[in-house]
Amino acid sequence: MPSDPVSKELTADHVLEFPGGYTRTTGPVIGRFLTELRDGRLMGVRTTEGRTLVPPLEYDPATGEPVTDEWVEVGPAGTVTATAWVHEPRESHPLDRPFAWALIRLDGADTALVHAVDAGSPKALPQGARVRPVWRAERSGHITDISHFVPEVTKIVSPVSTRYRLTASPSLTRFLEGVRDGIFIGCRCATCEKVYVPYRLSCPECGNPISEEVALPDTGTVTTFAINNLPDPRAPEVPFVSAYILLDGADIPLIALVGGVPAHEVRQGMRVRAEWVPPEERTLSMTNIRWFTPTGEPDVEL
Amino acid sequence: MREVAVVAFAQTEHTAHDTGLSEPELIAPVIRAVKEKSGLSTFGFTCSGSCDYLAGAPFSFVSALDALGAWPPISESHVEMDGAWALYEAWVRLQHGDVDTALVYGFGKSSLGDLRTIMTLQLDPYYLEPLGLDQLSFAALQAGALGAPRAALDAVARRSREDGRANPYAFDLPLEGGRSVVEPLKEWDIAPITDGAAAVVLAAGDLAREITANPAYIRGIAHRIEPHYLGMRDLTRSASAADAARAAGVGKAPVDLAELHACFSHEELILREALELPEDTVINPSGGALAANPVMATGLIRIGEAAQRILDGAARRTVGHAASGPCLQHNLVTVLEA
Repeated sequence: MPSDPVSKELTADHVLEFPGGYTRTTGPVIGRFLTELRDGRLMGVRTTEGRTLVPPLEYDPATGEPVTDEWVEVGPAGTVTATAWVHEPRESHPLDRPFAWALIRLDGADTALVHAVDAGSPKALPQGARVRPVWRAERSGHITDISHFVPEVTKIVSPVSTRYRLTASPSLTRFLEGVRDGIFIGCRCATCEKVYVPYRLSCPECGNPISEEVALPDTGTVTTFAINNLPDPRAPEVPFVSAYILLDGADIPLIALVGGVPAHEVRQGMRVRAEWVPPEERTLSMTNIRWFTPTGEPDVEL
Repeated sequence: MREVAVVAFAQTEHTAHDTGLSEPELIAPVIRAVKEKSGLSTFGFTCSGSCDYLAGAPFSFVSALDALGAWPPISESHVEMDGAWALYEAWVRLQHGDVDTALVYGFGKSSLGDLRTIMTLQLDPYYLEPLGLDQLSFAALQAGALGAPRAALDAVARRSREDGRANPYAFDLPLEGGRSVVEPLKEWDIAPITDGAAAVVLAAGDLAREITANPAYIRGIAHRIEPHYLGMRDLTRSASAADAARAAGVGKAPVDLAELHACFSHEELILREALELPEDTVINPSGGALAANPVMATGLIRIGEAAQRILDGAARRTVGHAASGPCLQHNLVTVLEA
């Protein structure tokens, strides 16, 4: 017996369809729901036990008893009770972009309606999200008279943009002059005996004025660091590492980029040195330091 | 209640594509196999399960009868469902007492069309089918409602594929999750497209033991169904599977192994809870539907696999389960004992 497909000439495409569509009668209950839907109203039907079925059925699924003649308007908003996110919509689907299928309990209903929700991303549609229908302009009495649902408005985005002009303080100016010249200028508090960098005019610990400048080397030790996965205009690439670097001779660390080493190899205690841009390119700015790069010395115990 | 046992089981080496076999050609080898295993050449009753929508041809089960030898005329029936329900009908027929043997088979080629579209056609035609709600989407809605941790789904999928690789009839599928198709379902959470068939012979009374040393006696069999519309049910549990399991007596004694008809990873979690299976029950040692899913035969294969362990003398008490309809709407549970 042959077990492999026969030649391509003996393979044919075959379509099963009802040209023009298949006509179905709706009966009084489903017909009423679809008629109201055409008018832009969402209606549920009451069971003898007082539950409201949406979409309506002719019989109570719990008991098999016929439903009552009592109709109630529900929705149009509802609460999402479960979702599935479609990454690649199919031709038969209601939307041509990624969307969610959802079970939606319309306000006033005791059962959930299945429909599509245009939410942008799965995160925008947690369980319990509130949604509202988007109606088709031309309605015919069909479940697709609701094109789809969309999340209720729960937030707005307000653009904020205000301009300022900043001038460097005398102590920052002094520090940046040092950076321009390839030196880290710090200061020593006469009372606390602590060395701070950048240079400042008063001690953050005791509040006393500081006047003693200290020139610090451009070598130091990484005390802690973070691997950043979001792009930053000041960073060369993603991921990049920002670190606290304790310059040799300083008592508090300075925050700076670490480069020239794969992000996952950066560690606490790593010895680093500032990589300076060429002197002719320097300005009164921290960009004079491209980043700190490992010196290759053994790690330091912190 | 008349004693009825599974005395023979056979299945095809399932394929992921159409090999060009006509349906009688697909079925004939498994029919031959169970005739040889049982030593029977004719049967008191014959019942099959299939779905014409898979082939896109009406009454395809009628031409499939050519594989049986239906002359002189035979007593025959068909369900437009998985072969597991054909087995149920055959079991009921044997309870009448006037015939002692039954041949049951199920078959389907899901590679011929687009199964996601075809399964949309089984949905309610007023509220669900017009939306184009496809099979993966409604299954993913249930998985979303259940909210099972990814690790739990992955464990089911990985174990099913590993077991499937050891099963000569199932597929060698990669041991990785694949992409997310309809979230939260990934590729390995979804039963593969499969063509195949399976057959079972039932025998009643003393005849069962004359045919085989270890008949797998059906000690309980029941099926229950729930409302069709997804929004009218609690999709996080399967009340119908639980009711069927209680009616079939699953919990009356320890269960060595259970073959559960879970076409999606999350369904196994729901079924395991519904059937109240203890921790030490082995689930789907065949790999289950996640390792091979010949639609309309998969449920019958679950019963066959569960019976085969008893026929082989490897197990004393097993459970075979079959499901039908969207999101485990309809469940059939069979308890088999040595």
